[in-house]
Parts: sequence; structure tokens; C-alpha cells
Amino acid sequence: MSNPIRIIIEREYLTRVKKKSFIVMTLLAPILLVVGYGLIIYLMISDATASKKNVMIWDESELFYETFKSNDQYAFSYIFPDNLDKAKEEFNKSDDYALIYIPKTQTIVPEAANIFSKNQISMNVKSYIGTAMQKEIEKLKLRASGVSDEIMESIKSSGVIINTIRLAKDGVKEERSYPEIRMILSYISGVLLYFVIFFFGGQVMNGVTQEKTNRVVEVMVSTVKPIQLMAGKIIGIALVGLTQFLLWIIFTAVILIASSVVFTGSVNPETVTQLTRQIPAAGVDANTIIAGMTQEQGENIQYIMESIMSVNYGVILISFLFYFVFGYLLYASMFSAIGSVVDNESDMQQFTLPVTIPLIIALVMAFQVPNNPDGTIAVALSLIPFTSPITMMARLPFGVPWWEIIVSIALLIGTVWTITWLSAKIYRTGILMYGKKISYKELVKWIKQK
Amino acid sequence: MNYLECQNIVKQYSNHRALDDASISVPKGSIFGLLGPNGAGKTSLIRIINQITMPDSGTILFNGEKLGQKHIRSVGYLPEERGLYKKMKVGEQAIYFARLRGMDKATAHEKLLKWFRKFEIASWWDKKVEELSKGMQQKIQFIVTIVHEPELLIFDEPFSGFDPINVDLLKKEILELKEQGRTIIFSTHNMSSVEELCDDICLINQGKNILSGEINEVRNSFNDNLVEIKIEHSLENLETLLPAGVAVLNEKQNNLFAQINLQTSPAVSTNDIIAALLPYARIISFQERLPSMHDIFVQEVKKMRQP
Repeated sequence: MSNPIRIIIEREYLTRVKKKSFIVMTLLAPILLVVGYGLIIYLMISDATASKKNVMIWDESELFYETFKSNDQYAFSYIFPDNLDKAKEEFNKSDDYALIYIPKTQTIVPEAANIFSKNQISMNVKSYIGTAMQKEIEKLKLRASGVSDEIMESIKSSGVIINTIRLAKDGVKEERSYPEIRMILSYISGVLLYFVIFFFGGQVMNGVTQEKTNRVVEVMVSTVKPIQLMAGKIIGIALVGLTQFLLWIIFTAVILIASSVVFTGSVNPETVTQLTRQIPAAGVDANTIIAGMTQEQGENIQYIMESIMSVNYGVILISFLFYFVFGYLLYASMFSAIGSVVDNESDMQQFTLPVTIPLIIALVMAFQVPNNPDGTIAVALSLIPFTSPITMMARLPFGVPWWEIIVSIALLIGTVWTITWLSAKIYRTGILMYGKKISYKELVKWIKQK
Repeated sequence: MNYLECQNIVKQYSNHRALDDASISVPKGSIFGLLGPNGAGKTSLIRIINQITMPDSGTILFNGEKLGQKHIRSVGYLPEERGLYKKMKVGEQAIYFARLRGMDKATAHEKLLKWFRKFEIASWWDKKVEELSKGMQQKIQFIVTIVHEPELLIFDEPFSGFDPINVDLLKKEILELKEQGRTIIFSTHNMSSVEELCDDICLINQGKNILSGEINEVRNSFNDNLVEIKIEHSLENLETLLPAGVAVLNEKQNNLFAQINLQTSPAVSTNDIIAALLPYARIISFQERLPSMHDIFVQEVKKMRQP
């Protein structure tokens, strides 16, 4: 005689996994993830490797002949037309990206310039020209007030490089920290966990309500115990969630490997070896992407790659699975109790609202966590079981002391145990109650019932 | 021997007492009518027999043993409010329920197909439940209830939603199940089907059983000596012809015959009535009119409302 829970789990699992929406979600999410990720990296790199832009300059003020020097990004050429219309005409005939017109003014130095372009001008170009002109104007003004070129040269400072370094508690061990990637991971895991708890927990609630309104439950409970029905549903849907994750991980890996093979194939192997020598820390992916870049740009990419590699994905993945399973169990059992109490979906609001408030608080806080991952509120919320799955996942990429993780896990398991027990008591009475609006007082009575 | 014995069952809900010292005895291999007005406690009792809920007090003997977990699979329950998973395929769903009741997949499949063919619905196997009409769903639910061959069957309003042809089909099946020695509890408000099918009945009202026993004995105990007679033509001096102590209650004449209802008394033999009329009229039919279950039901339930 096989265990009825197993049969129920099987049904809950199979009917959902066979659904079209499940298959679409499973296939689409990794594709979107990889495409999105790829797009971000592509944009970052394409900005750095974009082809040189030709810019035409008509400097009527004759003050800026030294200001614009051609470099990797821009090639400047000065023109000397009779008037603006002639300048435009010349510009239109050329393939140049932009035309800068600096008019002659009555003041000593002009403080305005016009940029003409055929397409929408990019912010980068605008700010580059603005900065260059500003520096030149400052220089001119300083010179006018008697500051010599030597002094100006001596006070010039190059850009400041900020290295972020994380000190271990013992104060000896150091590691470079990569705040950007940790922030991204924090957002992703916090929001994703919120989403899956809500999504799969909601499925439990709808499943229970449907069984009740369909009156299937009447037949079911004459065969199996209510607790078996409830457990079977919760476990079945949890397995659906885990299957989805597993497939996501597999598909993402497959897509990543496949796409990197394609990229590597299209790159000249000599360039790759050369670049590999240049950037030893970066992996194969880096090589394929940074082909044909200068040293400086390569270093930027190297930083991105290093930050991506600096994260301990194993710990995050395992924690994610743990917090998903227990966070889900906590909310799924509450949701199943709610589903058993209401007769129709419109009555649900009254009970779902108080249950979802902690989830929403945790979500809102997840966006604040990167600002202060070890702040009092973040720590408190990552210990309180109703918010801990989301908040802890948002904190984890920044590193969390072991004792906090252990306390959070212990509290969560204990709460799951208690809440499941209470929910089961409500559930077994609720599923057989029809046509009656249930008050909270009534629920307490059901819980007290033997 | 009684297959099921419920003794002094009490079930108290927070604001009302659903069952108040109710007792029923269901003989093995019989069809037992569980009757009562809405809210009398029938469903509460059925739920207790199904072990969906527990009684506050009282004992239940199932085939002589105290009712327990192991008996669950010996019961087949067709609830009044039917329910199937709408999005699931018919066959898949039937197998699911059969497996929950302890059958393995292969046996369930084989047995179900046999039933589906018998009910001529084998072509529905791969259809989704939501594609079927209500009557069709009821058929499937009926099969699902009996496929694991339980010893005790509980049918709550089994004929609702069926057309007369399917009602007959179902009645035939229920009687066949009885032939096979199954014990059947039959709960309904349709009193003519009670008279047709049931061997024993129990009438429950306000959580108590107010009437129970073998159906004909019950009806006999309500015998108020009514006789219905059909003769070819009405007789003008009918009253004078009848033996003493027999009165005409009413008379109806149509093209074919006159139907006369007579009030007699236990002292008068029915033979005397026939003998008195025989010389004057052609008698088409003569029958003692036992009160219908409908009348008994109405009378007994109303009696409790007026203290």
C-alpha cells in the first residue's frame, strides 16, 4: 500500500510541471537572464571600444585651438568657414559625427558653445567637450589674473583612484572588495526570493481554495487525513519550485557555455593569447570579450571579471535554497490555512494582507540593505523569521557573521514548525466550512480545538 | 447482523448540537435509507462514519470492530456536493482517486476501464473534466466511489443531476451492488426512490433519530386503514352497500373508472368490502393504502416542530 502523501505529491507536482506556463518560464528565464547580463556587459564594453568619432570644430573665438586634441575616442579637425551656414554645409557634406561652433563674444572668454549633429548627440560627447572647454577657460582666466603656466602645471592633479579593501576581523588579512557586484547580487537574490515565496506560496493558497470551492476536498478527506492533503500539496509545489531552479541553473550554464564557445571561435587565437598574457586573472570569457582593446580598457574589464569571480556563489546558492525552502514552508503553510478559511477569492484579502506585510517590508528593506548591510534594522530583519529569508539573502553577498546566520536559521526552523502546526489545525476545520465568514476569534477557537 | 452500528453519537459544534444521542443500525447487505430534513445532522453523521470528523461521544462499530483508521478504505463515499479537479483528465483523475484508496496503478486502470465501458463513457477517458456536462461528471464520480470495491457505500443524493434514463441505470447498479453483498447507506430527500430501493430506514431530526426500522414495518405502523378501490362506474348508493364502519373519504370519476378512497377500521376485513361490492360493480383494482414515506416524513417532522 503506497503512502497517500506520495500520491498527492505526485499529482500536485506532475500537473504543474506539465503545464505550458511552467515550461515557458523554465526556458525563458535563463535566456532573459543571459541576454540581460550579456547586454549589460556589451554596453559597458562597447562604450569603451566604440570606434573613433570625427568631430569638426569652428573656433570663431580663436582661443581653443590647443584645447581639443585627438585621442582614442575623438578625432578633432578645425575648419575655418566664412559663416555658420558655410560651416554647416561643410559638416553636412562630411561623415563627421558632430560640429562644434564656439562663437566670438564680447567678453574676454566665451562661455558657450553650440554642438551640431546629425543624430542625437551622446551625453559622453557633450560632457567631454564641456569639461575640456571649462578647463581651458579656467586656464585662460587664471593666466589673465597673472598665474604663470608653471604654477598651473604644478597644481594639476590626475584622477583619483579609489581602491576598496576589506579588512578581516584580525586586521591582517586583506581582500579587495567589489561593492558593485555585491550590490547587484544582493538585489537579485532578495527580490528573487520574495518573488518565488510569493509565487509558489500563492499557488498553494489557490490550490487549497480551488479544492474547497470545487468540493473535491469532501471526497479527499474521506480518503486521506487533512494534514496529508495539506502536506502533499505544500511539498509537491516546493518540488516544482526546486525543479524550476535546477532547470534554470542547468539552462543558464548551457547557454553560457554555448555562447562562449561561439564567441571564442570567432576571435583570432593570437589576440587571445596575447590578451591572456596581459590579463592573467581574467578567464576565457574575458579574453573573448576584450579582444582588440587597449591596456586601459582591458583593466576595466578585468575589474568587472574579477568582481564577478570574487563572489562565493556556492554559499549564496546553498543559502538561497535553504531560505527558499524554509521561507516557502513558512508562508505556504500560512497561505494554505488562509486558502482553507475562505470560500471565494474576494474574501482572501482580509487574511492575506497581514501575512504579506512582513514580506513587503522585507522587500522594501532589501533595497536599503546595500547602503548599510550591518545596520541594526538589517540585522534585526535578518533574524526575525518572517522577514529573515529575504533580508538575509540581501545581506549575504556582503558577508554576514556565522553566529547571525545560525541564529537566523534556528529561529526560522522553529517558527516554521510552530506555524505549520497552527496552520494545520486551522486547515482541517476550515476546508469543511462553507458559507460562513470566519473571524479571527473563530480561528483561535479552531486552534484550541482538540 | 449489523454491518455498521452507531450508538449514542453526540457531536457539538460551537453554536449548535448537530447530533444529539443519535443511533443507527445498518444491517449487512441492505440498502439503508438515512432520511431527515435539511440540517437534521445527516451530513454530520456521514462525516463521522467517514472519519472526517470525530464524535464527541458515542461508539461506532464497523463489522463488529471499533471504527478506526483501517476501515477508511472499506468505505466508498459519494458526497452530495460533488467535486472533481476541473483541469485534470478524466482517466488520470479516476486513477488518482483509486490509488489514494489503495489500488495500484495497473489494477485501477483495468477496473476503471471496465466500469467506463459498462457506463459507455470510455471515450471520455482523455477528456478534461471541465469539458463534460454535470451529469457526465456525476457518472464519473459514481464510478470513482465504487471502483475500489468498498464493503460500505454511502450515497448522498446520488440521483441529483441525472436524467431519468441515467437514474434507472444508477438504480440498477445500486441494486447490483446490494446483490453482491455490499452494504449501502442511501441519503436522499426523494421519498419515492426510498420506497423503491431501501430495506431499512432511519429518520433523523434535530440530531436525534425519531423513526427507524424495516421500511414496510415502519409504513405499516403508520397504517391508518385507508383503502383505494377502482370500479368501472360509480355507484349511487355506495355508502349503504359498504359494511358498517367503512366510510367514503372521496370519489373521483373519469372516462375509464371511478376511484374511491375508503376509511376502514381494523375490525373490518378487506374481504367483506370486496364481497359487498362484488354483486354491483366490476372491480378494476383494490389496494390497501399504506402511507407513503413522503407522508410519514412530513407528518413526523412537523410533529416535532409543534410541541
